[in-house]
Amino acid sequence: MRAAADLVVLGCSAGGLRALHVLLSGLAANFPLPLAAVCHTGSEDVSLLCELLARSSTLPVQEASERCAPKPGQIYIAPSGYHLLLGVDGRFALSVDARVGYARPSIDVLFQSAAEACRGRLIGVVMTGANSDGAEGLQQIRRRGGVGIVQRPDDAEASAMPSAALELAGADHCLPLEQIAGLLNRLCGVVR
Amino acid sequence: MSRPEVEEVELELFVRALKLRHGYDFGEYARASLRRRVNALVQAQGHGSIGELTARLLRDDALLPVVIAGLSVPVSEMFRDPAVFRRLRDEVLPLLASYPQINIWQAGCAFGQEVYSLAILLEEAGLYDRSQIYATDFSDAAIARAQEGIFPAREARLYSENYLAAGGQHSLADYYHARYELITIDERLKRNVTFANHNLVCDGVFCEAHLILCRNVLIYFTDPLQNHVLELFRDSLVRSGFLCLGTRENIAFARAGRDFRAVDARLRIFQREQQRA
Ligand SMILES: C[S@@+](CC[C@H](N)C(=O)[O-])C[C@H]1O[C@@H](n2cnc3c(N)ncnc32)[C@H](O)[C@@H]1O
Repeated sequence: MRAAADLVVLGCSAGGLRALHVLLSGLAANFPLPLAAVCHTGSEDVSLLCELLARSSTLPVQEASERCAPKPGQIYIAPSGYHLLLGVDGRFALSVDARVGYARPSIDVLFQSAAEACRGRLIGVVMTGANSDGAEGLQQIRRRGGVGIVQRPDDAEASAMPSAALELAGADHCLPLEQIAGLLNRLCGVVR
Repeated sequence: MSRPEVEEVELELFVRALKLRHGYDFGEYARASLRRRVNALVQAQGHGSIGELTARLLRDDALLPVVIAGLSVPVSEMFRDPAVFRRLRDEVLPLLASYPQINIWQAGCAFGQEVYSLAILLEEAGLYDRSQIYATDFSDAAIARAQEGIFPAREARLYSENYLAAGGQHSLADYYHARYELITIDERLKRNVTFANHNLVCDGVFCEAHLILCRNVLIYFTDPLQNHVLELFRDSLVRSGFLCLGTRENIAFARAGRDFRAVDARLRIFQREQQRA
């Protein structure tokens, strides 16, 4: 197995809500890493989103708060209208800088900052979506030696995002949604 | 300790050069966002690395304003987070109404979107004639734009929706003139606004404020600088004066955060404590 990771970062867009439900319901209750997600759902109300996701998740789900350090076994969702970054001090940071590829939060911003902060000790996951956000970020993660996971485009509700990620960044694992949680569990040495 | 990446070192040298050569101190800006902004500048200037940009910054003084404008990123909206402005209108302004003269400091005013939002709130509350708004930013380019009060017409719809959601009593169009692709804020809204350059990093107290609005500026600062600016705000506020921060800001790690108590914790509206903690 590849060197242990400190964090999982995940991005999804169109169709992402359902995909997140599936993924979170499959993670082991003793999943040892924090997971930070950017999900473009178009909804402003991230606390409601967290509540909905918590119903199917084995792990607690909350909005990421600025200056707080991600904790093991917790799921964090980027607040609406802000870019979510991981600072070099290992804590979350927010920005209202311009949209990146029409998106704020942007998956690329989270992935790139986390790749730098964790120096490659992280896992990046790109799932369903109708744009190309996350491709560059995943490339940064993989260049620094992190693990790249992409949902199989033909399995995704919207294939553009996983396709773009595969094309630019490639992947260490490319598999259907149903198998991603299991893979994450195994990569982290836990079984469900 | 693992070896730092080349770009991390380049970023530190850039920050050093900006300070030593030009006196601008970005040493306590959070690195993740700063790195993105500096890299955006590198690209916009057609350089291949931060190192190249630094080398030019040292010799080419004309580049400085471009760099400051690039590091400023004045992204804003009129009445962004309408609930905040509604709350200011319904709860804070009525309390400020008891002062014969009301001083408001808007720090980090970007292109003035929030300055004019405040002016409209005060106008509709019948308080504007005895109010003074100090609108400050560390970017001269941003201040110049704020003074003009000209925004792209395509933003007008969002601004109007925000205005109404904030409890606006008229139509936002009553406060601007639309021409071609632009809207221009009515001159009368500028009558009690003073624009000035003020750098939160190094400049001090300059007024006695009843309300300070500084939203989404401290999110770019490290804990020590955030604390420093909160102290500055505390010292600038009258007793029980109000402080309004961005709705996702966290002051729990700042010592000076204890000198404020939350009036509305969710909307990040605070009041200076009577006594220092
Ligand atoms: C993201 S904008 C916030 C605009 C507005 N308050 C809002 O929330 O919509 C941040 C502003 O803070 C200004 N700023 C950044 N650092 C500053 C400093 N050290 N002193 C004063 N202004 C600063 C920038 O130039 C920019 O205009």
